[in-house]
Amino acid sequence: MVLSVVALVSALGVVLSKNPVTSVLCLIITFFTIAGHYIMMNAQFLAVVHIIVYAGAIMVLFLYVLMLMNLNAELEPQKRNWLKYAGAISGGALLVVLVAALRDASMPALSAESTDIGLIKNLGMLLFKQYVVPFEVSSILFLSAMVGAVVIGKKD
Amino acid sequence: MTLLSIDWFFIIEKVLLISGVLVLSLVVAMYSTWGERKVAAWIQDRFGPNRAGFMGLLQPLADGGKLFFKEEIIPSTSNRFLFILGPSIAMLVACMTSAVIPWGDTLVIAGRPVSLQIADVNIGILFIFGVVSMGVYGIMIGGWASNNKFSLLASVRAASQIISYELPMGLALIALLMLTGSLSLKDIVEQQRHGLWNVVYQPLGFFIFLICAFAECNRAPFDLPEAENELNGGYHLEYSSMKLGFFLFAEYINMFISSALIATMYFGGYAFPWMDSLGLDPNIVTILGFLALFIKTLFFIFFFMWVRWTVPRFRYDQLMRLGWKIMIPLALFNMLITGALILARQQ
Repeated sequence: MVLSVVALVSALGVVLSKNPVTSVLCLIITFFTIAGHYIMMNAQFLAVVHIIVYAGAIMVLFLYVLMLMNLNAELEPQKRNWLKYAGAISGGALLVVLVAALRDASMPALSAESTDIGLIKNLGMLLFKQYVVPFEVSSILFLSAMVGAVVIGKKD
Repeated sequence: MTLLSIDWFFIIEKVLLISGVLVLSLVVAMYSTWGERKVAAWIQDRFGPNRAGFMGLLQPLADGGKLFFKEEIIPSTSNRFLFILGPSIAMLVACMTSAVIPWGDTLVIAGRPVSLQIADVNIGILFIFGVVSMGVYGIMIGGWASNNKFSLLASVRAASQIISYELPMGLALIALLMLTGSLSLKDIVEQQRHGLWNVVYQPLGFFIFLICAFAECNRAPFDLPEAENELNGGYHLEYSSMKLGFFLFAEYINMFISSALIATMYFGGYAFPWMDSLGLDPNIVTILGFLALFIKTLFFIFFFMWVRWTVPRFRYDQLMRLGWKIMIPLALFNMLITGALILARQQ
């Protein structure tokens, strides 16, 4: 409960804060609270990997770029009005779609004690036995993305 | 009702254990500063600190006191909140790793088995990895919030160095995990207790892990984030008083923790030869085991210092080339060999 409140407040902080660096820091806190939720659902592996990958690697790169660009609120060009309206409308449309999709979905009650699926042993068994093909396909997808990034970067 | 059903002994035990480990790491870090100067003096044929107390043993207290009483300056152009947050994160993260290290086997006190490990989670190694990857933030936030181009450059250096060396470190650990089949540090130690130390099976992995530990701690020969000649100092350039002290102190705690980790994962942790055939009381064996781990850890701390005062430092491009073009392929090769050997033994 406390965790959810912190998650929501920091998520709002990401959107509302004027300073991009504060935004990123709020996002990191959000990731931590999400990892906390995973732990409460007995998915320790998922929680730690979530922290390593998102908070530890991706957000460091974000912070890196932001710090080097050193954006300032005063130097930021004022966004045009129609852009703001377009953003609001498209965001609202997404919200409507999400609500419509979630309304009909049945939510099975989660009980923390009954699921052991998040423990690393069970997760590994599941990934490498039942879902081998999707797992490998997704890794090839990542590889192609990496190669693509290198090709784009090499062009200069 | 739920309040009454809490196991109070459990809480007291854990609180005591946590404070004990925390105090231990702080004291060791404090005396590492003394040890570092003594080792340096010994290597360079000098005396080292010898004024405060017997053999200069009170020197760390004097240094700490000096840092506490110095004037605290927060630059007016800096981001105040982040400026204070930086060293706090550095210190917090440095102290967090010790939670999953098994400092010893179980003690039996008044009929209760007390494990000398704060948390035996089944993802111990991953937890350490997560915490280490958080360590970058202290340096980056501190460097950026100072609003000084030299600090920023140094923190960018530190961040890219830590990120680059995390990869070979992880790969070296994967080979170790393939061997042990468990992510829990306790299990890893128990396996070494009944068999050979992991360094026998994983000499290359140990070597890679050791080098990466040097880089992760920003220690020489990889101490590029602190460079007086190019950067006027380092990411803590604008810091004064105890906030500077925290940054420096966090480095020593990191060194202690990495030494303990190396000892745990590759050198048997609290296991020592013939520990099960001595025929002593289990409690005494546990205490001896803790001492064994402590001696191993101190040896690696000494090794860190030894390297610092004998090996010249790298240039930054050399550091990156070493990380990406030598360490990662070596670690991958190590993983491949380990996997192949495990498969060959199974058949």
